Amino acid sequence: MTEIRFGRAIGMAIADAMREDDRVILLGEDVAAYGGSFGVTRGLLEEFGEDRVLDTPISEASLASAALGAALSGLKPVLEIMFMDFVTFTMDAMVNQAAKARFMFGGQFSAPMVLRTPHGGGLNAGPQHSQCLEAWFAHVPGLKVVCPSNPADAYGLMRAAIDDPDPVIFVENKALYAAKGDVPENGYATPIGSAHIAREGKDVTVVTYGAMVGVAFEAAEALAGEDIDLEIIDLRTIQPWDEETVLLSLSKTHNLVVLHEAVEAFGVGAEIAARMVDIGFHELDGPIIRVAAPFMPVPFAQSLEASYRPDARKVIDAVRRTLA
Amino acid sequence: MNSKQTGESGANSVADLLTLYEVMLLIRHAEQNLATLFANGEIPGFIHLSIGQEAVSAGVMAALRDEDTIASTHRGHGHALAKGMDLTGFFLELLGKEEGLCRGRGGSMHVAQASIGMLGANGIVGAGIPIAMGSALALKRRKCNSVAVAFFGDGAVAEGVLHETLNMAALWQLPLLFLCESNGWSEFSPVDRQIAASLDKLANTFGIPFTSVDGNDVYQVANVAAAIVGDIRGGGGPQFLECKTTRVRGHFEGDAQKYRPAVQLADLESSDPIRRAREVLFEAGGSEAEINGVDARVIQRVAEAIEQARKGTDPDFEAAVLDVYAKGSAV
Repeated sequence: MTEIRFGRAIGMAIADAMREDDRVILLGEDVAAYGGSFGVTRGLLEEFGEDRVLDTPISEASLASAALGAALSGLKPVLEIMFMDFVTFTMDAMVNQAAKARFMFGGQFSAPMVLRTPHGGGLNAGPQHSQCLEAWFAHVPGLKVVCPSNPADAYGLMRAAIDDPDPVIFVENKALYAAKGDVPENGYATPIGSAHIAREGKDVTVVTYGAMVGVAFEAAEALAGEDIDLEIIDLRTIQPWDEETVLLSLSKTHNLVVLHEAVEAFGVGAEIAARMVDIGFHELDGPIIRVAAPFMPVPFAQSLEASYRPDARKVIDAVRRTLA
Repeated sequence: MNSKQTGESGANSVADLLTLYEVMLLIRHAEQNLATLFANGEIPGFIHLSIGQEAVSAGVMAALRDEDTIASTHRGHGHALAKGMDLTGFFLELLGKEEGLCRGRGGSMHVAQASIGMLGANGIVGAGIPIAMGSALALKRRKCNSVAVAFFGDGAVAEGVLHETLNMAALWQLPLLFLCESNGWSEFSPVDRQIAASLDKLANTFGIPFTSVDGNDVYQVANVAAAIVGDIRGGGGPQFLECKTTRVRGHFEGDAQKYRPAVQLADLESSDPIRRAREVLFEAGGSEAEINGVDARVIQRVAEAIEQARKGTDPDFEAAVLDVYAKGSAV
């Protein structure tokens, strides 16, 4: 075990994968000489050289397609898109091309590529540098979407994403880059599709992922004083999400809150709530409440952004509502 | 027809000319049959035929090897067959059969064959261009002297990814051939009302060598492509080859082309690349018996492939559902 930061864990996972498999390459804007705009890929150019660590022009659309083309021709590319807001440019590549490559070619091709990208607010970066757009990708058959909440999972999920034969969207919450945590040193992979019970509890299940796991913990600590015991499920993978673990927890607590930083409407929480109403209807003692961002662009000013993002108070309100 | 039989140095002998002629004829005959099958309702969806453009596919692919890769377009049957796609598997796919190359999941707009580096026809205009660039990146890393070819039509010149890809291919000196089939039509509109750029200046802006040929002269295409592909293979970096050609059929099969000038439609015969290839073959000393032999062979191959394809089975839905992700992976 070594205590390292979240961003460092991702960089280590990429480096370890590159050491083990020379088909792994890294490309993106300023990922090489500069080391990535959040410093995640610092040192990789020095170790692996410019053949495998490529600084690219600002051409997201073609880069995502190029990553796919390289994957179809035997490489395992890891592409950084500097902010998740910029994935809008990559949508043809990811949605029409990469997601469908295995299926529409009858299984002749694999598209083992990773698109890693930071989402989330907290930096007052405004409407075009703060969005959480993971639900878009989770809606597309053929793509996988992961979003770790701590350095250990960041490492393990990146190793799993690079190993995966299908395209994986690896979402990193910007607020977590500096967070420290223990990371084992055995080169492990965290299985895609498997959630983690981050806190055991008996009264209400809070399903969340990424940076919102920390917010759920704040709420759990505050509610513990009132003798309300939250069970926190860290999804880790959004597509395919771990329905079984969520249902099992619901069967124990009989109350469900879904928490994410992304906009509430038509989001990940909507899918989880709909499925649980379908397959867990008789387990529910109260309404399923979603805690998520309101239906508006991410605002810039500190006071506006603070009101926009979900926090412990909103989770506590939701818990009280479902228990009422 | 496998392009290796032609030789990579271009069309130098009657045998080379015959091979090119046979590839063109195979595409023509396959597509004429597709038109009939489509009209009969045996092919679902819609198809885009490349009748009139066969010389480009035959000529360019003669310069390529199996390990070279191509990314194709919605008008991709000719590219696929000239690259060496399995003919029966091709028809099976277009008829939507389980035994098709893509197990009936892609159809005309997505025919692909991994074993011959055919990275797929594509339903999105211009989308294959950066995919071919990524393939070129992989080929360059492998140091195998292979080449990737991005096929696109002149309508795709309006797509942003072309311009991005020209830039990156030039920056990184990738083994990539930009192959523009200029047929003058951007779906239902004349290209001169859609594109302000001239292709030579566009390529030269990025320092990419530009060549334009008569894309209905298969021998010219083959010879020029052989030289260009040889340069790229030798590490010379990307090049841009425009093949000026003629779209005979509509944008899609069933398009009555009322938007096209009658005089243009009436004059398609004069540019027919197959008729021109036959003339050159005769001039070069090809015998009538040889040429008729090719004709008979192609007709028979296509007939056999269609007969086989009709015996294909309908795909299994449950199996398709399970093939969205790799077997054994989560979901």
